[in-house]
Amino acid sequence: MPPQSAVPDGLVAVVKRSCPTCELVAPVLRQIAAAGVPLTVYSQDDPSFPGDPAAVDDRRLEVSYRLSIDAVPTLLRFADGAEVRRLEGWRRDHWQELTGVGDLGPELPPHRPGCGSLSVAPGAAERLEALYGNGLGARRIELGSAEDEFEALFERGWTDGLPVVPPTPERVLRMLGGTARAADEVIGEIPPNLAPCSVEKAAINAVLAGCKPEYFPVVLAAVEASCREEFGMHGLLATTLSHGPVVIVNGPIARRIGMNSGVNVLGQGNRANATIGRALQLVVRNVGGGRPGEVDRACFGNPGKYTLCFAEDEEGSPWTPLSVERGFPPETSTVTLFGGEGPRVVVDQLSRTPESLASSLAACLKTVIHPKLPMAFDVVLVVSPEHARVFHHGGWDKARLRNELLGRLMLPGAEIVRGAGGIAEGVPEGMQGRTLPKFRPEGLLIVHAGGSAGLFSAILGGWVNGQTGTNPVTVEIRS
Amino acid sequence: MNENLVVLDPTDESSPAARERVERLDGVAGKTIGLLDISKARGDVFLARIAELLADRGAAVEHFRKPTFARLAPVDLRQEIASRCDAVIEALAD
Repeated sequence: MPPQSAVPDGLVAVVKRSCPTCELVAPVLRQIAAAGVPLTVYSQDDPSFPGDPAAVDDRRLEVSYRLSIDAVPTLLRFADGAEVRRLEGWRRDHWQELTGVGDLGPELPPHRPGCGSLSVAPGAAERLEALYGNGLGARRIELGSAEDEFEALFERGWTDGLPVVPPTPERVLRMLGGTARAADEVIGEIPPNLAPCSVEKAAINAVLAGCKPEYFPVVLAAVEASCREEFGMHGLLATTLSHGPVVIVNGPIARRIGMNSGVNVLGQGNRANATIGRALQLVVRNVGGGRPGEVDRACFGNPGKYTLCFAEDEEGSPWTPLSVERGFPPETSTVTLFGGEGPRVVVDQLSRTPESLASSLAACLKTVIHPKLPMAFDVVLVVSPEHARVFHHGGWDKARLRNELLGRLMLPGAEIVRGAGGIAEGVPEGMQGRTLPKFRPEGLLIVHAGGSAGLFSAILGGWVNGQTGTNPVTVEIRS
Repeated sequence: MNENLVVLDPTDESSPAARERVERLDGVAGKTIGLLDISKARGDVFLARIAELLADRGAAVEHFRKPTFARLAPVDLRQEIASRCDAVIEALAD
């Protein structure tokens, strides 16, 4: 785009033919020009309007954009290259004062409001900012005229295997409108390449993923959490195990942006759930350089590595939300990131006492990663409304349930040492006489979610925990 | 204004630095070989056997250990290996 020549000193009028007030003031512009006052007229829609005086063609709206024109007609005075005064619409006394020409438009009404500038019409602002603004720092890539844009994005290696939305500057600007954070703010360094990720880069990937701008603060929080040292994203990505980041959202934002915490909560069909989790994965892929078969060495992977993101059902829950358990106020929206695998369901349709149901869940939780391997892996237990009701009626809160589960998951060493039960896998023989906890207390996360029908719970097993691996990370979602 | 579609680059826009490989050793006799245990289970077993085999072939062996396999090797450790060894063998095990 050629640089726009400087707006000349003197008077400047911006008009459009389709504005009745502009039509009304056309004779006034003639009067001003005839009085010998330097006047430049820019026309937004028709360069033959007003004709006399001749207009400069601004159908590309570059001048209107650069002058931040909101309404037409706008009359401005420039001196020494700088704007010194601006009038919008028609008002005889003000126009006479600004132009120094008397008796302007004697047949016209004394004042008449203008119309909206084409440069602020719906969709135009982002388009013009993308064309003429200088707020975006990412490299621009022009696709070839014969390229199909969706195929082109596949070929450049930017997708997870599903089509992505082309990240045009206009779409990225709209995405950036979803946060108050500056586009060039660095959120963190993304593994495995430890590449700095700016808000803008996250926005580009959020566009690819199909996010709406209102989801973007959640994406930013998820990216921020993934960069925390204690989360261990590098190892989680590189591992031969199947796990990946699981995004759990708490607080008012979940409802505000329409996240699913109910029917089919861990499944498909909700745009916010689907695209927020996907955006995080695309950031790791595109910004961090983490690609399957390269640094991502997963033996199997799991479908959740496309996306695995959901909200806790707080409204229907008898329990304290996960975020509050983890130290945040109830009104604060948060993302909790967990290094986990895909969900597995536990069916128990007969237990009517919390004791029976807890024993049932414990029996299934014992099998996370392997029934004979304790302590090294965390877990998220998703309790459905019908299962939660059993606990609630029995007077168990989340903390009670957690303690009861941990108590039922103290494993006798004799049962889990190598060779026990005819299975070579297990803990070293030296643990024979000890009793070992299946989970560390902070490694058993309980979330209330799911449809209203189903005496089920779901288990999302975790990756190696602690210093050598991953730890759940909760961060506040900031606007 | 029928212009081609412009998209913004979603990557970190870096390109990998190209480095020449160091010349392959013509043998291990008289050389110092670093053995890097990444702290994976049974990596030590594998490396102990490698150490025996190297010793049989007249190589000196230096042992190193990453704090955890799940994170990058610290820069100091990498520098130490590079300054003290002619080659390094990294044990991936399980």
